Amino acid sequence: MQNNSFSIAWLDLTAAVKRYPLITLLGWQDIQQRYRRSALGPFWLTISMSVMIGAIGLVFSQVFKTPTQDFLPFIAIGIILWTFISNIIIEGCLAFIAAENIIKQLPIPLFVHLLRMVWRNLLTLGHNIVIFPIVLLIVGKPLGLVALLSIPGFILATINLTWMALILATICARYRDMPQIVASVIQVMFYLTPIIWMPKTISAHVNSYLLDLNPAYHLLEIMRAPLLGTMPTASNWLVSMAMAVIGSLLALTFYGNYRRRIAYWL
Amino acid sequence: MAKIEFNNVSVDFPIYNANSRSLKNSLIKVATGGQLKTDQQGNVKVRALEGLNFTLEDKDRVGIVGHNGAGKSTLLRLLSGVYFPSGGTVKVDGEVGSLIDISLGIDHEATGRENIYIRGSLLGLSKAVINQNIDEIIKFSELGGFADMPVRTYSSGMHLRLAFAVSTIVHPEILLMDEWLSVGDEGFKEKAKRRLNDLVHQTNILVIATHSKEQLLQTCNRAIWLEHGRIRMDDEINKVAAAYFHD
Repeated sequence: MQNNSFSIAWLDLTAAVKRYPLITLLGWQDIQQRYRRSALGPFWLTISMSVMIGAIGLVFSQVFKTPTQDFLPFIAIGIILWTFISNIIIEGCLAFIAAENIIKQLPIPLFVHLLRMVWRNLLTLGHNIVIFPIVLLIVGKPLGLVALLSIPGFILATINLTWMALILATICARYRDMPQIVASVIQVMFYLTPIIWMPKTISAHVNSYLLDLNPAYHLLEIMRAPLLGTMPTASNWLVSMAMAVIGSLLALTFYGNYRRRIAYWL
Repeated sequence: MAKIEFNNVSVDFPIYNANSRSLKNSLIKVATGGQLKTDQQGNVKVRALEGLNFTLEDKDRVGIVGHNGAGKSTLLRLLSGVYFPSGGTVKVDGEVGSLIDISLGIDHEATGRENIYIRGSLLGLSKAVINQNIDEIIKFSELGGFADMPVRTYSSGMHLRLAFAVSTIVHPEILLMDEWLSVGDEGFKEKAKRRLNDLVHQTNILVIATHSKEQLLQTCNRAIWLEHGRIRMDDEINKVAAAYFHD
């Protein structure tokens, strides 16, 4: 049974990957649809993100009395990456619900709808990430070679987010309160995770709870730390890798188990 | 070679009313144990299809008849692979194409041309195939200069012609239809009819749900009459038509 569920999910995944042109087309269409008839199009993503980073950066560097040169890059990349993380989780809840029409008419592998959502958020991230080098230029902070480490970190984090979204998409198709629950959890996580506050500003005792036990922190760190010129800790890597392996196996089995029911739930 | 085998197939629909669809109720159900379970359990089930047995082979042109709610659409969805049976086995050998809801996936803000790519990709066509066919599709749908305008500027006739032209590019081995497609004004109707007839001739198996006696007799050689989710009659077209339309 266990094996069977997993292979159903695996077949679905490989079938979906073969249809990558459809995934990228639909993902890009989602972005375009949002900004059609606006002169700047998807660059509104970049602009609104810049405004938010500027505002939060200025206010909180005053509040925490940290030099802007350290704080602004920290908050810029933190918010950009957090937006990526939280959007995949929140929109993941709706991945199947939003595709109800297609799911009920065409036998397209359901993974297509999930990967379309992930692709859409990768594109959004692409529009937002350009802000970071600009911020570095403004504060005059160089980008070291260690920054390259953020690429494997980013891939690892994306795998983790994808399996989480897969589980959520399945559960949310059945239980329609889940998206609301997840949205509020994500909001709380935003404050619990060091995004607008720096880890060094709080006591070591609280640190161990807020950081080590917070999966979002590990995922954020493996992407963010190299970009800010430091190495992620070994535990950041280990936790992220363990989560990726165990989580993917679990998620695929879970999804495979319910894959046949999803169309009925919608 | 295409073949469809239904072996004692049944479909149960779970009906989640607003109450049972929430996590809260499931949690309460766990907490209160059997009580709620006995009175409703939250899972109302509707049996949409029950004990279906039939085999379709090459050259079968099957009409599905039955009153509203008899299970025609559910049967088509089983055939297309959207639904999985709750009981029994469905075996479908051959590539299935569906002409149900041909407007699905059309984005009103995108241009006609972009929509051809979107709709075509949804139907499983590769970009190369669409590139090859796009001029023909635009010509067939008589869009002219409107091909590069957003679909929201189209009249409903143009909209349907576009959807029709893209959707009929595929040549599946098993073709599913919910009612015969009839689009456009008189001139276009003829053209569409010819194209649809070609498509039907080329396909190995046709399954069409219809209420039209005329259409049934014209296209089909066999009919399955569904009643309350069961097969009431499965026979040669004239016999079923005589019994069903007489009823």
